[in-house]
Amino acid sequence: MINSSSDNVKKLNSINRRMFITGSLKFFIMIGIVSRLFFLQVKENKKYLTLSDKNRIREWKLAPVRGEFHDYFGNIIAGNFEAYQLHVIPEQVEDFRYVIYRVKDLLELSDKEFKKVLKKKNEIKPWETLIVSDNLSWKKFSKINNHLYDLNGVKPVISISRNYPYKENFTHLLGYVSQANQNDIENTEAIKKNFVPGLKVGKVGLEKSFEEKLLGTNDIERYEVNAYGRRISQLEFQKGEKGKNLRLTIDSEVQKLVNELLKDKAGSICVMDIYTGEIVAMHSSPSFDPNLFVFGISKDDWQLIRNDPLKPLVNKTLQGNYSPGSTIKPIVALSALEHGIINTNFTVKCTGKTEMYGQTYHCWKKKGHGFVSMRNAMKQSCDTYFYEISRRLGVDKLSVTAKKFGLGEKVFGNLFDIEKKGLVPNTQWKKNALGKGWLLGETMITGIGQGYIQTTPIQLCLMTAQIANGGYKIYPKILADDETKQQIGKFEQLYENPKNIKIVQDAMFGSTNEVMGTSYRSRIDNPKYQFAGKTGTAQVKKITEQERELDLKTFEIPYEQRDHALYVAFGPYKRPRYALSVIIEHGGNGSTTAAPMAKKLFKLIIDRHSIRQSMNDKKYLEI
Amino acid sequence: MYQHTRLTAGNFNFFQKFKNFDYILLVCILLLGFTSLATMYSTDGGKVLFHTKSHFTKLIVFTIMMLVISFINIKYWFSIGYISYLIVIGLLFWTYLFGITSSGSQRWINLYFINLQPSELMKIFIILCLAKYFHRMKLENVNSIYTILTSLVIILLPMGLVIVQPDLGTSLLIAVSGIAVLWFAGINHKYFIYTMMGFVISLPFIIAFLKPYQKMRVLTFLNPDRDPLGAGYQIIQSKIAVGSGGIFGKGFLKGTQSYLEFLPEKHTDFVFTLFSEEFGFVGSVFLLLIYAIIIYRIVAIGAGSRSFFAKIFCYSFGAAIFVYITINMSMVLGLLPIVGSPLPIMSYGGSSMLATMIGFGIVMSSKVHSQQSIA
Repeated sequence: MINSSSDNVKKLNSINRRMFITGSLKFFIMIGIVSRLFFLQVKENKKYLTLSDKNRIREWKLAPVRGEFHDYFGNIIAGNFEAYQLHVIPEQVEDFRYVIYRVKDLLELSDKEFKKVLKKKNEIKPWETLIVSDNLSWKKFSKINNHLYDLNGVKPVISISRNYPYKENFTHLLGYVSQANQNDIENTEAIKKNFVPGLKVGKVGLEKSFEEKLLGTNDIERYEVNAYGRRISQLEFQKGEKGKNLRLTIDSEVQKLVNELLKDKAGSICVMDIYTGEIVAMHSSPSFDPNLFVFGISKDDWQLIRNDPLKPLVNKTLQGNYSPGSTIKPIVALSALEHGIINTNFTVKCTGKTEMYGQTYHCWKKKGHGFVSMRNAMKQSCDTYFYEISRRLGVDKLSVTAKKFGLGEKVFGNLFDIEKKGLVPNTQWKKNALGKGWLLGETMITGIGQGYIQTTPIQLCLMTAQIANGGYKIYPKILADDETKQQIGKFEQLYENPKNIKIVQDAMFGSTNEVMGTSYRSRIDNPKYQFAGKTGTAQVKKITEQERELDLKTFEIPYEQRDHALYVAFGPYKRPRYALSVIIEHGGNGSTTAAPMAKKLFKLIIDRHSIRQSMNDKKYLEI
Repeated sequence: MYQHTRLTAGNFNFFQKFKNFDYILLVCILLLGFTSLATMYSTDGGKVLFHTKSHFTKLIVFTIMMLVISFINIKYWFSIGYISYLIVIGLLFWTYLFGITSSGSQRWINLYFINLQPSELMKIFIILCLAKYFHRMKLENVNSIYTILTSLVIILLPMGLVIVQPDLGTSLLIAVSGIAVLWFAGINHKYFIYTMMGFVISLPFIIAFLKPYQKMRVLTFLNPDRDPLGAGYQIIQSKIAVGSGGIFGKGFLKGTQSYLEFLPEKHTDFVFTLFSEEFGFVGSVFLLLIYAIIIYRIVAIGAGSRSFFAKIFCYSFGAAIFVYITINMSMVLGLLPIVGSPLPIMSYGGSSMLATMIGFGIVMSSKVHSQQSIA
């Protein structure tokens, strides 16, 4: 018993010792856990709180409201309208099949459209929005609204979308918007930042050029979501900013007339203020309705536009490289005067053709003009005279003057990515580009605006404007409130002697307002509207001797072989203010096709001048 | 005279037993029960739904059962030490043969009113069995080969039966319970050190034998970010929940991580995460304090008991409970790889609560009958 009790004591000591060891171990481990808790919950609290918020809060961005385009007078030319849309959240629909078939009947969806919707439904999560239709007519929209009692989970939604009220009138200027693609997102920072599925961005024209200004910023909705991404409650709504509205220098009335004039023709007209460089109208024909692109163009419409032989997708004003024809003559004359090659008394005898370097160069008038001075040569557009003076002048000197007046260079700089530079050739250019020496004969045809020389309609307009304003450089602009380049009252002069400009202006006056002038029939005698101009007829192919003998009328020649008709002009002659250029592709003859359009235009432009002026005065009054 | 009453302790009347109760322990257990109920209510999203109701019922039934157990003489619990172990072994066999399979492992047997998980019961009854085995053993016999082998068999048999379910976590916890008894029974500490070293050396081989999902757990534990949406998801979300709780927590029923269903297994193994998110550092420390007091009382009851059986049982049970808590918390706090181990009383789960309450009952019984000597 004693033995056993001593064993018991030993056992007791052992067990108690171990109990203490265990106890202290427990104590330290407990401290370890508490310090871990402290570390996570107190020290690292901020980090985990952020992570927890990231977990539970998700942002939804809504498409920003795009800025509008206004014309000079504040009329909306590209605005926003409320598009009626139909959204369904599949999860909130009790019987999806029933509802979707009901909607199909109500909206009269075709099987193809219906299949598309079902496909889209399978791609999204059940709690995400399914857009059944993105642009419903009011009739269908109200029909849906009337049947809502029967359509659980269907949501009629009014969403804001682009609208071009003038339809095709401004297409080439404004461009159009459409769904952003991968390229748009990658290339434009603003789009990347504000991207939401279905975001519409500018694809061409000013819509593209001013994307960053127009886009605006997203509305942001913050929702609490659960682990599966389902929205539980809205926490915040952050209103985004609407994109900037942009006022253009365009006058919609003039633009409308331009559209009418060019209807069913391929060509371009632009009108410019010769002092401010403001573009009053600018159009390329044929055009198309940009509204078609907003919700994605249908295949048929697209084929129709794409396959049109008149090429509506080309912006002829900026992209069209045309031989200027006789419209270059004012510059050739000016260049010769400036370089002292000729004076006003210099005459050339025109016999209808001239032999030079083994080639025959024809004047447009077979019988010839007889002895012509500079003024007469310009008035009657005598080619022989210009062959002679350009031969004396040389292409290099001519190109200097031409470039000074804006040819061979982008008029709007980087504003439009599609704009072409045209081409003002010189000997150096030919050597570099073609690797051949310049031929004198090439100088001669350059002098009448044929051969290598190429200009865009907007360049011709600028050239004319700079002659009209007395030879000063202007910077064409489209945004009304953009005064970055042009400083008022500070004009860079482009001439050596102001007299020379006057002489050229006077010659252009003769061409339009005097008997024998090429555009005499399009003149306006009223000095208020009286304008001066120069016709041009650009050959699109070399005329053979045989054809020359035939002397066919325009309508007798196949369309593609007809000459381009051109006209440049400025007015009113007494106190010039506006310049314009007209190009009708395959229009036949400048004096019969292009010049009459200028007559109609000048009437309207000058009538609208005072309204435009008062608009300006108002602006200053407001300040 | 005093001595005399002590000797006649077997004839306690009801009120004396009542007086002998450890009220601190009882209050702590009730407090823990209440806390777990509130947490369960929160996991149900602030509504009295299935988990809350079921947990409440179990809590009431098992608390009453614990009180009943504590009134029964410790001698009786000593006497059923072996037989109860064998019964649970039988149940484990039954599970192995006819158990219910759920999420890939066969752990439960259907008793019609409850799905019982015998492996949880084994955590307690292995202590009971080994405590009885060592109760009368002389210290010099404890370290004999025969004793060690016998006790190893007692531990390894249920472990094996649980591992095949498969349920690595619970089998390890059974081992921990058994080893705790061996430790307190006085087995030479060298053996523990050798075993530890042997374990460390054989670790690479053990890992080679692990199931792919278990390997994944270990790797995930070492770097949760290697697969944040897959295997690492639980541990990352759990840490976010705890960490975002801060000092005072997000408030009762306001734990976004759990409410928005970011937390996995929030009723069972990860219940502490939810509690910690809603009540913060202060709440967590408070909960730990309750557990600490409970363990302290268990150990104190063991120290005050006269019989070795009661002592060994209380110390071992205290140590085992401590290990369960530690492993569970370390797991959810990202200190250990994820092994399925519930937090005693707090976690939803009938068998675990039943086992824990039986343990508390026997501890309470040793307090009530602390002067009972067992021959």
